This record gives sequence, structure tokens and C-alpha cells, in this order.
Amino acid sequence: MFAYIIRRVLYAIPILIGVNLLTFALFFVVNSPEDMARMHLGEKRVTEQAIEKWKQNRGYDKPLLYNVQAEGVQVLTDTIFFTKSVRLFVLDFGSADDGRNIGQDILQRMWPSLAIAIPVFIVGLLVNITFALLLAFFRATYIDIWGVIGCVILMSISTLFYIIGGQYLIGKTLQLVPISGYDFGLNSFKFLVLPVLVGIIGGIGAGTRWYRTIFLEEINRDYVRTARAKGLSELRVLFRHVLKNAMIPILTGAVVVIPLLFMGSLLTESFFAIPGLGAYTIEAIQAQDFAIVRAMVFLGSVMYIVGLVLTDISYTLVDPRIRLN
Amino acid sequence: MRAMIQLHRQFWFWPLLLIAGLWLALLALPPLAGVKAVYLDTDKLIFLLVSGVLLLAGYIRSREHLRGPWRHIFRQRRAMIALVVLLFFIVCGLLDSVHFRKPLPSQGVTQQRYSVKVLSLLDILLDDMRRNVEKTYSAPLATHLFAKETVTLENGDVERRYVRLKYGGRDLTDPASQKWPNIRDLATRGVVVGAIIWLVLSAGLTAIFARHQRQPVAVMAKRVYRGDTDIPWRSIYLSLLLMLILLAVLLTLSTEYHVLGTDKVGQDVLYQSIKSIRTGLVIGTLTTLVMLPFAIVLGVMAGYFRSWVDDVIQYLYTTLSSIPGVLLIAAAILSIQVYIANHPALFETALDRADLRLLALCVILGITSWTTLCRLLRGETLKLREMEYIQAATALGVGQFTILGRHVLPNVMHIVLIIVVLDFSSLVLAEAVLSYIGVGVDPSTLSWGNMINGARLELARDPVVWWSLVAAFCLMFSLVLAANLFADAVRDAFDPRLREQG
Repeated sequence: MFAYIIRRVLYAIPILIGVNLLTFALFFVVNSPEDMARMHLGEKRVTEQAIEKWKQNRGYDKPLLYNVQAEGVQVLTDTIFFTKSVRLFVLDFGSADDGRNIGQDILQRMWPSLAIAIPVFIVGLLVNITFALLLAFFRATYIDIWGVIGCVILMSISTLFYIIGGQYLIGKTLQLVPISGYDFGLNSFKFLVLPVLVGIIGGIGAGTRWYRTIFLEEINRDYVRTARAKGLSELRVLFRHVLKNAMIPILTGAVVVIPLLFMGSLLTESFFAIPGLGAYTIEAIQAQDFAIVRAMVFLGSVMYIVGLVLTDISYTLVDPRIRLN
Repeated sequence: MRAMIQLHRQFWFWPLLLIAGLWLALLALPPLAGVKAVYLDTDKLIFLLVSGVLLLAGYIRSREHLRGPWRHIFRQRRAMIALVVLLFFIVCGLLDSVHFRKPLPSQGVTQQRYSVKVLSLLDILLDDMRRNVEKTYSAPLATHLFAKETVTLENGDVERRYVRLKYGGRDLTDPASQKWPNIRDLATRGVVVGAIIWLVLSAGLTAIFARHQRQPVAVMAKRVYRGDTDIPWRSIYLSLLLMLILLAVLLTLSTEYHVLGTDKVGQDVLYQSIKSIRTGLVIGTLTTLVMLPFAIVLGVMAGYFRSWVDDVIQYLYTTLSSIPGVLLIAAAILSIQVYIANHPALFETALDRADLRLLALCVILGITSWTTLCRLLRGETLKLREMEYIQAATALGVGQFTILGRHVLPNVMHIVLIIVVLDFSSLVLAEAVLSYIGVGVDPSTLSWGNMINGARLELARDPVVWWSLVAAFCLMFSLVLAANLFADAVRDAFDPRLREQG
């Protein structure tokens, strides 16, 4: 088991290197730091000095890959590639355009993100499984058919509509909770209700339909027929046998998402003014702060790969048929 | 000579004729009409796509085994109603993809000059809506501006009151009493016009089918009325009737009113939301067009050749899919923005610039979304290459690329089709989200995302300006819902066992 995990982690390293090279190419090769400086400072009539100063402040005044002027190891280390891209591997994200330390910011902002993402994830999973079981129980009846059509309708509505509609209906018309904002500690509860609710409702359509197909796939298996032949009631079959076996694809599918939870949701956080990582990313994109975007791209792929590794491990844990090789 | 006569029996004959006619019309009609044609990059790709689809349709028609699944789709009521709705969107999008510049009145200069404003055929059809720009917000079907304004009266007094609109209900002398009767009259006219168009259309269609099936028209009509046809014509006609009436009512009403109100700068919201259709369709279709070659070639190659080819391709798509999609898109669009900002000389008009960004968005979305398809194709090819008929082909010494082209590719095409139609709706939805984040289409491009983004802040006003949001959401919803329903039918027909997301 341990060797297996080690192997999986080692396998992730070339992927991270690839991500790193790709982001480096996107941010520094497609557009030179010169171009970035020009755009930041206004396109026309920028003096050379201003550009140089801009680059120097951010450490972009070095050569891209190979520093001819430096000596020894510094030939490779005193370059943009090393200081900006390779340093990401040790989670050194550098500083943002306003001089703040990105690593510090991320540590601070991940908590509000988690405060929304975790309830949405857990409650959403439960709600979706419940609905899917219901549809599977009533399969091939009008309840099932209309349930699926309802799911398609829910899926066809833009996330933006859920958020704006929720804010308008609950926050503004009914005035049950504040429209947006955030507070730390227990006070945060009233700010979190609405975003969590919106997150759950927004995911019902796709989630329920997806789990329903998983259940239906299990329901047609031989062991289910055997269980029915034994004389078990439909409910018992559904809960004791189908649900248990369907949990394998459901759980392993859910594990992938867990590490990504803390990246936060871009839309929800920015609409509800929650100071999480999602809002952080959006602000960076809108302010065109390349350092933060680069850090988040890297962090996101690290989390995705962690999710993949966790999935593989959880497969072997829940499904004894899968061997470790 | 025999071959010449048989020509029209080839599957490509009628599609090619249609395509040639389409291209000829696109090339020859603008000069004849005295306007200067403008072919944007996305326009070219769209018409390329249309040509491809026509050819494909001809090919499918000619092959019995390919027709089977489609026949299954065409027999489903829900799918066909969705298709009718989709067709209306597609026609709007196509009309909006024929761009040209109108000539300026010549002032004795020898060379004819053209207006810098690029119009489309749809603009000509909706000319009233495009031109009738009010001062600022006005509610749907309103005759007065939405907010009070300070007006200086003729005697010099200053008063705050609701100002009459320039165009909304302009012929009414007393809006308060005349407005609703007038709207009722216009709507009735719209219903009648819509019904007449529908009658002509459905009668024509029924006559064609009657001839096709060698039956008297009356018998055919009765069968349609009873719902006694393979293809659910009754439902198709009914949905057609509803759509036509809706369209006709909207259009007749919009000659005298702003049916969905006006936005902050007084533009008609209905016009904006109809113009946004093209943006949505372009993103939904061209993205797939961009990604298809990569996904198919790489996926099939990875599955067929295995060993190091497989390793490299797997590495490639795991790396790409490990980057969160939104962030990769944001990073790429930011880079493109820098590029566009630093190379202003490359673009003739603002529309060119906006068009390049739209295309760039499609390419980037394509790059982030090909991985799913690639993975599925690889898996399917892995399965196929162990099949006996492929091993037989190998044993007989058929070349590897011939096997790929002749035996593998045709047998994975159903997966491609399913993913293409499934992706369409999520891409349309993604456009709105991306435009909101600020990494979507150009702010000057009319799109649902931009409309929502612009109207979002107005929700804080009291009373609320809701019509822009509602219009954008409604149109987006109907397009996506129709696409989803149709995609479901396609999936069921081609591969009921393929799971939604691999």
C-alpha cells in the first residue's frame, strides 16, 4: 500500500512540471514582461524608465531562462523561470502587485471558502443521493420521467440565475438574511445560509441525474435479482444492496472534488462578497494581477492531482476487487 | 453517359449543390445589392460548419445503418419539439452571420465609400428595434421613461416628471387610455400573421410528404391531425405554430413598442437578446469544431498504438485537465488581451477585434474541453483494437492508418456526436459565467453574459430594473433546455449506456 502511494505521488511530479511549464509559457513567453508592463501602465506614451521600474519592482527584469551575466549556479537561478515558476514547487508564491505575500493571503482566505464549500458538498451529496434513490425507486413511472425532465430543466438554468434569483428573493424581498457580506466566528452563520442554499440547489439537477444513472446501472445487476428472488422488499433491496454497491462509484467520484473544495467557488464568493479564495482569484483576474493568477493555477492543479491520487487510494480501500498494481 | 445520369444518386450531389448555391449567394449577392460584404473569421467558420453538416447529412441519408439511430431520434416527440425551437435559434444565428457594410451616399467622388458600421441580415430585419434608441431605461411596453427627469417647461418652470419615450407608443395621443387597446390590436394582428405563415408552411410541408409517401394530401393531413405518423408531425406543427405566433407577436409589437424595455443607454433589450443568439451559438459550435481534430486524432492514436504514444498523449491530457478550466481560460484570455492591446494595427474595425477575441475564446475553451472526449475515444479504441475484425484486418496486412481510418474511426464516431451535442449546452452556459468574470467575449459584443453582467447592479435599484436580466436568462434557458433535451435523445439513440461524463 505504501509503495503504491509513493508510486502514485511520483507519477504526479511530471504532470506538475508540465503545468508549471505551461503556465510559464502562457505568462512569460506569449507576452513578454515588456508587454505586460505596457498594458498595466497604459498602452501609449509610457517611458522606458517607467517600464523598467515596473519590471524591477516585480522581479521581471531578469532574463527568461538563462542569465549570461551571472556566475555559477546563478546562471540558472537568477532568471524569471527559476524565481517565478520553479519556486512554486516549494509553495513560495511571491508577492502580489500590491506587495502583499500571496502565500499568507491564501492561508487567510481559505477558511471562508471552506465554510461554504464543505456544507455545500456534504449536504448537496445527501440531497442528490436522496432524490436519485427516490427516482430509482419509482423508475419507469411518471414520477421518474418528470423527475428527469425536472433535472434537465434545473440543469438548463444558469448558475448566475440561481445566485441572482436567490439574492433577490431571499435577501431583498423576504429580507431573511443579508444579501452579501461575511463575518468570522459564529456570526458568519447568517451570511453563509444563502450561498450554501444556492450552491446546493444549483447542483441538484446534474447531481441527481448522474446518481440516478449509477443506481439504475446497479439495479439491473444479477445480485439485485437474487436479492429480490430471496423475497426482500424493494426498499430493503434498494437500501441494503443497491445503495451500498452504488456508493463505490459515488464516493470515488466525490473524492476527486474534495481537495478542490478549498479553491472556493468563483461565482458564489464574488456575488456574496465572501473573502475566500474564489473571490481572491476573480479580483486578481479583474485587476490583471498575473502573480496571483499564476499561483492559483498552480495550486489548483496540485489540488486536482491530490484528488486523483486520493481517488485511486479510495478505490483500493472501498473495493477489495481492485489490486494494487 | 450512364455515370452522368447516375450522378444525382450520389450522396454528395444534393448537399454539394446546396453548398455551392449557398456560397455563390454569399459571394455574389452583396455586390449585386450594392453593399460591401464583410466576412468575419467566425462567419467563415460558421458557413464551413454548415457546409460540413450538410455533407454529413447527405452521407447519413445514403447509409441505411447510419439512418437507424436518427430515425429513432426523429420519432421522439420531445426531441422534435426541441429541434423546432433550436431551428429558430439557428436561423437567427445564421442570419446574423451574414455581415456587410452599407454604401455611403456618394458625393461626386469616383470611388464608392462604405459605412464603417458593419451590419448583418438580422439587423436589416430588426431595423426598427436597432434604430429606435431611447434616452435610458424604460420598462417593457412602456410609453414613458422609467425614472423621473427634470424638464424645463415652455414657460420656463422646472418640473420633475416621467418623460414620454421617443418611439415607445409614439403614435398615441393619450397613452394612458389608448395603450392597452393598441397593444391588443397589434398582438391580434401578430397572432393572425403568425397563424397564416404557419398555415402556408404546414400545408406546404404536408403536401410534400403526401407526394413523398404517394398518398392524397387529404389522407396525409388527416393522419397528421390524428397523430398517426411515424414522426410526431402533430407535435412538430403545434410547436411550430406556437413559435411562429410568439415571433410574429413580438415583431408586430416591437414596431411601436419596446417589448422588453430598454437598457441603460436606451437600446432595445429584445434586440440585444436576439443579437446575443449568435454569440451563444458560435461558442457552442465553433469550440467543438476547434477541438474535434485534436481529440479524435490523439484519442484514437493513443488507444490504437499504445506504448509510448499512449503515454505521451495521456500525459498531455492529464496535464491540461489538471489545470482548473476557468483559470486556464482566464490566463489565456489575459494573455490575448495583452496581445490585442499591443497590436492595435492588426485590426481594421472594432468588430474585427471583438471577433478575434470571440474566436480566441472558442479556441481556448476547445483546448480545455477536448480532454474528456480524448479520454473516452482512447478507451473505446482500446476496446475496438482487440475485436476480431480488426485483428483480421491486421492479419491480412492492411496498413495501420487504413485500419484506423476505415475500421476504427467510423466505430467511434457515435461517441464524438454524443459529446458534441452534450457539450453544446454547457458551453453556452459557460459563456455567461466567463463574461461575468471578465474573461469572456469582448465587452462590445452583444451576449447574454454581457447583458447579465450589465444589468446585475441595477437589481439594487428600487423599483427594480429586471427586464434585461429576465430577457437574457429566458433566451439562454430556452436555448440550453432545447439543446439538452435534444442531446438526451441523441445519447439514447446512439449509446444508451454511455454515462454522462465518462
